Amino acid sequence: MHELSVASAVLDTVLRHAEDRKVLAVTLRIGHLRQVVPDSLMFYYEMVSRETPAEGARIELVLVPARLRCDGCEQEWELEGTPEFRCPRCAVSEVGVIAGNELEVDSIEVEEEDSACIASR
Amino acid sequence: MHRVKVRVVEDALDANNTIAAANRADFDRDNVTVLNLMSAPGAGKTTLLVEALPNLEGVRAGVLEGDVAGSLDADRLADVHVPVTQLNTDQGFGGECHLDANMVRSALPSLPLSELDLLVIENVGNLVCPAEFRVGEDARAMVSSVTEGEDKPLKYPLMFRACELVILNKVDLLPHLDFDVEKFLYHLDGVHPGVPHLLVSARTGEGMDELRDWLEKLASRAGAPA
Repeated sequence: MHELSVASAVLDTVLRHAEDRKVLAVTLRIGHLRQVVPDSLMFYYEMVSRETPAEGARIELVLVPARLRCDGCEQEWELEGTPEFRCPRCAVSEVGVIAGNELEVDSIEVEEEDSACIASR
Repeated sequence: MHRVKVRVVEDALDANNTIAAANRADFDRDNVTVLNLMSAPGAGKTTLLVEALPNLEGVRAGVLEGDVAGSLDADRLADVHVPVTQLNTDQGFGGECHLDANMVRSALPSLPLSELDLLVIENVGNLVCPAEFRVGEDARAMVSSVTEGEDKPLKYPLMFRACELVILNKVDLLPHLDFDVEKFLYHLDGVHPGVPHLLVSARTGEGMDELRDWLEKLASRAGAPA
């Protein structure tokens, strides 16, 4: 998919929340149902973050499995392999996606000056 | 120096979705219902629109035609007097293989929105990326053709799940292919249980009345909540 545009969008979000502080780490949550290749995303992120306060930050990718719940019998199951969205128990067609659609910046870790350092100047 | 953890919890495509919402507001203001039509390249989107749009009952339809380059599709629609604007992703958008909200927004000034009831955004031919980017549409539909095989829903679940209508096109070719319609519908139901579908041939007209009915009903959805 569009790992370069996603990486740019992630960088914008990270820099906005970093507020000029150096970024040490970024945690991303990527759901199984989204079409993002994690390695590709990391590659492009490293590229776009060069010469920004986010350069060199450790990227943590949390891959979220797709979890579904049947509206009919409340059976829950995880999607592995074949994308089967029919309930394995009652074959009802109203199925909700509880997890697996995420493509988000969860949190970042930034470096902040200690207030003692500021006071001693 | 010390480390501080900052909670963000923001969708990576937030910026795109914000622009999509702005597009939607502009469409709603002019009471235009918008359909995002997607498919693999060559499935027949343009031909279906050429056959369906000029013959809609009481619905003024226009097209925002998305392609990487060229105006071939827009020209075909203009030939049947459908108001159309061509959007090329290689003109300032890096040749992207999908339309996003920003690109659609750039085309808004050239669309005669006040003279339309229905706008079809014909997306770039691609079964992967367009499904990820909202552009401000009211509904999404996709075209799969019998020449693409029955396993497409299994290979591109996000696209088949993103759409509220799946149009299976080129059914006039079935006698020449090993395509198993029941198997396709079974796979489709597994990936998107209960999704409405139509079997059509833009070439012979089979199923096209049902498609026109669907489009006419869709046009009366203007202003409904997202």
